[in-house]
Amino acid sequence: MLFPAELKYSKDHEWMKDEDGVAVIGISDFAQDALGDVVFVNLPGEGDEVTAGEAFGDVESVKAVSDLVSPVSGTVCAVNEALLDEPEQLNKAPYEAWLIKVENVTGSEELLDAAAYEAFCAQEG
Amino acid sequence: MGSYIPSTPQQRQEMLKAIGLSSFRELYGDVPAEMYLDRPLNIPSGMSELEVGRAVRAMADKNRVYDVILRGAGAYDHYIPSIVKYIPAKEEFLTAYTPYQAEMSQGLLQSIFEYQTMICMLTGMDVSNASVYDGATAAAEAAAMCRDRKRRVTLVSAAAHPDTINTIRTYCYGTGDELRIVPEKDGKTDMDALREMLTADVASFYVQQPNFHGLFEDAETLGAAVHEAGALYIMGCNPIALAIMKTPRDCGADIAVGEGQPLGLPLAAGGPYLGYMATIEKHMRKLPGRIVGETTDAEGRRAYVLSLQAREQHIRREKASSNICSNEALCALTAGLYMSAMGPEGMAEAARQSMAKAHYLAQALTAIDGVTLRYEGDFFHEFVTDMPKGDEVLSALSQAGILGGLPVEGGILWCATEKVTRDAMDKTAAIVKEVLAK
Amino acid sequence: MKLIFEKSVPGRHCSLLPACDVPESKLPASLQREAKPALPEMSETDISRHYTELCQQVHGVNCGFYPLGSCTMKYNPRIDEEMAALEGFTAVHPLAPAADQQGVQQVLDTAKSYLCQITGMDDMTFQPAAGAHGEFTGVLLIKQYHDARGDHKRTKIIVPDSAHGTNPATAAMCGYQVVNIASGPDGCVDLEALRAVLGEDTAGLMLTNPNTVGIFDHNILEITRLVHEAGGLCYYDGANLNAVMGVVRPGDMGFDCIHMNLHKTFATPHGGGGPGAGAVGCKAILAPYLPHSALAEEPGHIQVRSFRGNFLVVVRALAYLLTLGREGIPEAAQNAVLNANYLMHLLKDTYTPAYDRICMHEFVLDLSDLKKETGVTALDVSKSLIDEGIHPPTMYFPLIVHEALMLEPTETEGPETLEQAAQVLRKLYEKAHEDAEAMHTAPHHMPIGRPDEVKAARHPVVRWQPEA
Repeated sequence: MLFPAELKYSKDHEWMKDEDGVAVIGISDFAQDALGDVVFVNLPGEGDEVTAGEAFGDVESVKAVSDLVSPVSGTVCAVNEALLDEPEQLNKAPYEAWLIKVENVTGSEELLDAAAYEAFCAQEG
Repeated sequence: MGSYIPSTPQQRQEMLKAIGLSSFRELYGDVPAEMYLDRPLNIPSGMSELEVGRAVRAMADKNRVYDVILRGAGAYDHYIPSIVKYIPAKEEFLTAYTPYQAEMSQGLLQSIFEYQTMICMLTGMDVSNASVYDGATAAAEAAAMCRDRKRRVTLVSAAAHPDTINTIRTYCYGTGDELRIVPEKDGKTDMDALREMLTADVASFYVQQPNFHGLFEDAETLGAAVHEAGALYIMGCNPIALAIMKTPRDCGADIAVGEGQPLGLPLAAGGPYLGYMATIEKHMRKLPGRIVGETTDAEGRRAYVLSLQAREQHIRREKASSNICSNEALCALTAGLYMSAMGPEGMAEAARQSMAKAHYLAQALTAIDGVTLRYEGDFFHEFVTDMPKGDEVLSALSQAGILGGLPVEGGILWCATEKVTRDAMDKTAAIVKEVLAK
Repeated sequence: MKLIFEKSVPGRHCSLLPACDVPESKLPASLQREAKPALPEMSETDISRHYTELCQQVHGVNCGFYPLGSCTMKYNPRIDEEMAALEGFTAVHPLAPAADQQGVQQVLDTAKSYLCQITGMDDMTFQPAAGAHGEFTGVLLIKQYHDARGDHKRTKIIVPDSAHGTNPATAAMCGYQVVNIASGPDGCVDLEALRAVLGEDTAGLMLTNPNTVGIFDHNILEITRLVHEAGGLCYYDGANLNAVMGVVRPGDMGFDCIHMNLHKTFATPHGGGGPGAGAVGCKAILAPYLPHSALAEEPGHIQVRSFRGNFLVVVRALAYLLTLGREGIPEAAQNAVLNANYLMHLLKDTYTPAYDRICMHEFVLDLSDLKKETGVTALDVSKSLIDEGIHPPTMYFPLIVHEALMLEPTETEGPETLEQAAQVLRKLYEKAHEDAEAMHTAPHHMPIGRPDEVKAARHPVVRWQPEA
């Protein structure tokens, strides 16, 4: 199970990194492992507003659907369209297969560093 | 009294003993005494199979079976080939459950995959679901599919079937969304009114083709207006007409729905019927209901499986866009079978003959003094007339074994299918003429 | 198996219609279809053989034991089929004059009267075409009731976490917010949890009793009383009616409206997934809100599908009701419960019941220990059952039990069938310890092995395409 040190993590199993003021968001290795084979991702559109702590989309496996919860509030400025055709990338490379990028970040949920998140996951599992 | 319980009274006692009980009453220990029924139900005693047959036949005998049916309005008397009645009665198809266990249901899954394909062929769309309850619910589900956060209003043509409109209205009532009826003009959707009503909050517009009055709507122009306003276009098409009529795809529809009853299902006093739903690839994952997909197994063998289930209620629960669980599987099997038995030629023939006969009937009736065609415009196999003494006319026809058109909106809505003979129509005209001449 | 399209031969057809006896009428060019639909071209022989081939890869309850929990796969009597095929029913137009449909009316009235007696309700509709459809209708009755009284603050429907997925989906379709309450350790409604969520915003409660783990909630009167006290109404999900029909009535449990699955409890065939009928019954206070067909009956009511519903399904149910009658209805329920307890008894030395106590018509096995010991899951056991010719039970439902298998034998199985099934299941338990690998890849004796569902969902192929 991977927990890259340079990223921040939410308790909803999203990771986040800051790219010059833009928040890049994806799901963690723990999340993709728990979900199983991802078959489809429902993402918002560019320009949509997202709110910290609220669902901005969902990810489907064959037998389940899980909400994607935004760790920050702001406006979606980019969506990873490639995931629509290749949802399996979320399983193969969860830290490269970002979901959305958010600008004008106004608020944020409590975020954990890699060590704290790893400990949190150990508890959950 | 009848029972389908194989165990004998002795065997039942033995089973009770095996589980440490001595009476059936003890099985219901959790049921509070005040609600446990210790008196018999207030219904008659059960009957033997012979008696049940007699009793139910007596009820069937109280219904009038007409020789000639000239009434449509959402339920059509088409010829059902013998094989189409026989195959769905096979016990394997009839008594199977939903094919969740793909390995033991390939026959059923494949039959649905074939049905889905045929609906796509008929409508020109990319994907069809495995069917929904009927044409009215298909329209309501399609309208629900089109709603998003910004656009939630549904527009429906006033020239659609009253039951379809009422069903969409009910589904809108459920979710608290608005339904607006686009008025009709001269029997068809009022194009100018539609344009005015296509505001930025409109999610979709539904039109029936041919419409409730039998008339062909200007489907392409309607669709263009809908798309220009940024809304989605839903067409509810008669599946027999589709054998010869421009497809909803070619008219620009985003979603094609309709009543599949004409595809081999009997009139049956209203059901079971069949709702088909098909859409373009873009909207595939919003389609409610079951969908069968093709895949392979570990050995690379072609396999069919219920797919895209993440859309459905048993997984999404309160986030599902619909609670629909069943389809009308046996009816879909029947429809696929009908389309195969008739084939492209047969279906086109059924459509052409229905249209020809309806036009013959319309001519014969309007040749009579006092009978006029209410609407101008091209029609398929239904049309509305105005005439005096409508009740008397229908009564006289009934006495001659003919179920005449439906009295509706002050006139009569007639229908003819390929089953109606020229003689029957000549006889109908003669009776109408006689009644009006009196 | 080839697809029907792969067997099509251009030019083949059946001879079904005579030549047209009236002049042709042409469609205007602008309305004409561009190309004929590419439907298959077959002779009747081809069609018969194709469907026979398909039929050989389908399994129905009339063909073998089908212990699917919560589906009530009981034997579908042939007399019901014969009655549904009578021309006096099939040839009736739904919009024929009432005088011509007296038999239709009698079928509906008689079925209604029997079912109202069985369920303790005052009125009923047969318009809903399926269970979920009936649920939608039932909750709409509740919604109309509150709206009519101007009580618009009731925005929540309470649903236990053990409920079937349709319950919360239905509540959402009716614009309600779903409030989930946890079940207690016995699988029943936790009264404290219920009290905590009841209030002025409660529109109603959706519940099935016995519940989805097959246990009769003995607190049911208190549950419905509490909801009524808070001003809400109670909806009964009739999926499990087979356990209690003729023994207890939902109306006596305090429910205000119910739906029944005629295709479960009343033996109408499942047809591979439909058509069914979700009859909805209600107490008098909700009767004004029942659905009606605007065209066939009268406008001004809600309506959930065209015309009056799946009439031929009601005919089948009526034949069944007439056959069982006063004594047969409770007898069926009692024997459904006996059979479930007997089967559980035969299995409980091997498998672990989720609740080790008397069950109703179905019971749940918890295979998590087996999974821990051998790695063999509920799915693996189910797939292995297929090789033994037994349709698997319901898997992974209810969600509150892990590695769940839910079995509902129904009353129409003899003890020898149950004993044989138990023997097979015990054999599989041993196999799990000896040859888990074979079970992970089961079934081995069917035309296909486990299909790749991930591929099907990622890259959907949902129709056949002619070669370009």
